[in-house]
Amino acid sequence: MELFDIGFYLFAVITLVSGCIVVFSRNIMYSAFSLLFTFFGVAGLYVLLYADFLAVTQILIYVGGILVLLLFGVMLTNKVVSVDIKTGTLQTIPAAVVAAVLAGSLSGVFYSTWGDVDPRPHAIEATTSALGEMLMTAYLLPFEIASVVLLVALIGAAMIARRRS
Amino acid sequence: MKELFDWLPNVQLAHFLIVSAILFSLGVYGIVTRKNAILVLMGVELVLNAANINLVAFARYTGMNLDGQVAAVFVIILAAAEAAIALAIVLNVYHRFQTVNVDEVSNLKE
Repeated sequence: MELFDIGFYLFAVITLVSGCIVVFSRNIMYSAFSLLFTFFGVAGLYVLLYADFLAVTQILIYVGGILVLLLFGVMLTNKVVSVDIKTGTLQTIPAAVVAAVLAGSLSGVFYSTWGDVDPRPHAIEATTSALGEMLMTAYLLPFEIASVVLLVALIGAAMIARRRS
Repeated sequence: MKELFDWLPNVQLAHFLIVSAILFSLGVYGIVTRKNAILVLMGVELVLNAANINLVAFARYTGMNLDGQVAAVFVIILAAAEAAIALAIVLNVYHRFQTVNVDEVSNLKE
């Protein structure tokens, strides 16, 4: 039992418990704020997997961008003053059965397939420069396409969300 | 303190994969059961995060090296674009129908 294992179990518990709150809470604000802890937990798991750049990116983009966007959505689409911001659920029991079967079968497959893989000897080094090099060489075309996709998405979102007179 | 946790098995690749499998199932459950469109979007984010954990875990433990992390970067990029577009659509739906419950928004044309 090393520090690595303790860290993994800590972040896994944070991720899964707050993920449960996201999914099961009746209050939208509770869901949105526990999504914050889910993203932080996932960032912690990235750190344990030596993905330092991804961990920082996760916090910057998910917590700083997507979560704030979702909170804006919650605020703009609920009459916070008049109606309580609660939400209903549909067909909980079949969905719970399907989700449980999905989780069980996926875990079973993962455990039986990848149960005993030793971690490769891996030098702990920063991944940022290597990732940047790969984005500029082997992955140049996807990188450029992603930039165009982001631009199109930005313009499209502004066009759609603009209030027409 | 450390002896307290000795019954837990040592962490390997499968542990990360199982965490991501459970997170994925939670996201699917949220997508299927929630009425509010924004909570459906939160479910989608959980699913994308679960996929990302898988990619990064395989990058660490198998021969994928940094390729998996590059794929995860692209997933994050697409998640940002998806969230922006989806929020814009939800706002439009709210202006038109005065609700964001996906079961009440059922007509294509007024």
